[in-house]
Amino acid sequence: MIAQELHDLLKTTFGEAILEAKIDGVFDPFVTVAPDRIADVARFLRDDDRTQFDSLMCLSGVDLTKGNLAVVYHLHSTKRNHKFVLKAVVPAANPRVQSVASVWRMADWNEREAYDMYGIIFDGHPDLRRILMPDDWEGFPLRKDYQVPEFYNGMKVPY
Amino acid sequence: MEVTLTDVEPGRRPATIPGLGRPLRAEEMVISMGPQHPSTHGVLRLELVVDGEIVVDVIPHIGYLHRCFEKHCEHMSNYQQVIPYADRMDYVAAMSNEFGYVVAMEKMLKIQVPERVEYIRVIMAEFSRIISHLIAIGTYGLDIGAFTPFLYCMRDREHVLDIIEETCGARLLYNYMWIGGLSHDVKPSFQKQVSEFCTYFRPKIKELNDLLSYNKIFIERTANVGVLPGDVAINYGASGPVLRGSGVKWDLRKNDPYSIYDRFSFDIPVGQGLKGKVGDCWDRYMVRVHEMEQSTNIIEQAVAQLPEGDVQSAIPKRIRPEAGEIYVRTETPKGDLGYYIVSDGTASPFRIKVRPPCFINLSALPAMCRGAMIADVVAILGSIDIVLGEVDR
Repeated sequence: MIAQELHDLLKTTFGEAILEAKIDGVFDPFVTVAPDRIADVARFLRDDDRTQFDSLMCLSGVDLTKGNLAVVYHLHSTKRNHKFVLKAVVPAANPRVQSVASVWRMADWNEREAYDMYGIIFDGHPDLRRILMPDDWEGFPLRKDYQVPEFYNGMKVPY
Repeated sequence: MEVTLTDVEPGRRPATIPGLGRPLRAEEMVISMGPQHPSTHGVLRLELVVDGEIVVDVIPHIGYLHRCFEKHCEHMSNYQQVIPYADRMDYVAAMSNEFGYVVAMEKMLKIQVPERVEYIRVIMAEFSRIISHLIAIGTYGLDIGAFTPFLYCMRDREHVLDIIEETCGARLLYNYMWIGGLSHDVKPSFQKQVSEFCTYFRPKIKELNDLLSYNKIFIERTANVGVLPGDVAINYGASGPVLRGSGVKWDLRKNDPYSIYDRFSFDIPVGQGLKGKVGDCWDRYMVRVHEMEQSTNIIEQAVAQLPEGDVQSAIPKRIRPEAGEIYVRTETPKGDLGYYIVSDGTASPFRIKVRPPCFINLSALPAMCRGAMIADVVAILGSIDIVLGEVDR
C-alpha cells in the first residue's frame, strides 16, 4: 500500500486519534498519532490483512525542543514490502506514551533506551528500567536541555 | 523491582531481582556470567536464573561500553565528523558502518556518486563481511572448544586486511568512505590482488567446512540448540544471519537494494535445519559460512567490472542538508544497520539515532536460552555474533 492509502485507512479507522500527516515532499511519509492510542494503532497495523506490518525497524526518541518530545516508529512489512512511519508527540513535562512492546518484542529494549535517554514513560512496558546508563544515573542525557552533572558517585564527570 | 535490604533476610538470597518480573522460586538460583567472561566477547553481563543445570531465564545487562555515540553526533560541527565515530561501533566491520551512514547522507543530500566509488564501496563492504564472519566463526569455534579454526580464520583475515591497508592505510578503523566519495583511490595493483585473494580464499572455505562445520563434536554442541523460529525472529526485529538462520529469506541487498547491489548475481543462504531444527545455532553458523562464499562471488563480479573515474569528484565542499529526516538501512555482516538522521537545516546533525543490529539481535537471547543448559548459553551467545561496541555504542 502507498502512504496516502495507509493514511486514509488509519483516518477512517481511528478518526480523532490520527492528529497530523505529512505524505508529500518528505523522504519517509508519516502520521502523528495520539500518544494514548499508539498501541491500538500499532496492533491494527500489524494484524490487519491489508497492512501486515510485522516488523518494527526502528524506534527512536527525539527531543523536538520547545517543550516537546517525540517517539518515532519506523514500520516495515516483510510480507507486503511496504514501509510507514508513526510519530507520537508528548510534552517533556509529562512524557507518557503507550508501550508497543506487546505488539513487537523488538520495542522492548528500544523503549527502555528511549526512557533511558529521554525519560519517556512507556505505559504498559513489562520492564521499564535504564538500559545503557547506570541504574542510579540522574537526568536524561539526550534531552537538549541536559546539564552534565559535576559528579557521579564521587567521580568527576566532565573530563 | 529494586532489591532493598529489607527484602533480604540475613543468610537468605534476595526474593526478587530486577528484570525477572516475578519472585524467585525456592529451587532457582541466580548465576552472574560476565562482565569479564571469555565467551561474552567483551563486557556483557548475563544473569542466569537456573534450576539445577537448566536455564530458566536470562537477564542481559549491557551498557559497560556505552560512550554516547548519539550524544557525540549532536555535538559535531559537521556531518563528516560522524564517520570516524561510526567506525567505532562495529569495530570488526567498520567499512559497513561507514557505508550505511554515507548512503543515508547522500540520499538526504541527493548526491549521485561516481560509478567507480560505488564499485569500490561494494568491494570494501563485502570484504568487511568476510572479515567479520571470519572473526565470528573463529571465535565461535573458540567458545565451543575448537582452537585451531580460529588461527586459520585469523590467517585468512590477514590477507583482506593487507589489501585494505594498502588502500587506505588503516587496518581496523578506516574513515575511508566519505560523503560523496572515498578518502583514497585504490592502488593500480588492487584488481590483481583482489582476484588473487578470491582464488586463494575459495578452497579455504572448504577447508573450514572439513575442519569445523561438519565436525561431529561441533554439530553435537550446536545442532538443536537455541532454536529461534522464523516468526519469533521477525517479531524480535532480528536481522542478518540470525534471521536468515531461522529460515527467513530476507537480505536488504536483494529485498531493498541500495547502492549497486541489484547489478550482481548472488544467493541468499538461509538455515535449512540440515543437522537439527531450522533456526538452531548450527544453521546460524552455516549461514555465515555460505555468506562468505557469496561475498567472494560479489567481489569477483565487482572487481571485473570496476570502471575508471575520479573518486573525489562528488564530495561536497559544504554539507548543509535541508531540514528534514530520513531513515536508511543497509545490510551489515551482523544485520540491518539503520540510521535515522534528523536535520534542522544547520551544518551539524540535530539527531542521529542508530538502529544497531547486534543490540536488537541480543534482545532475543532470553527467548533462545530458556530451557537450555548453562553450557548452551555460551554456544547460543556465540551464534548471535555480537560486538559490544555496537550494542552499547
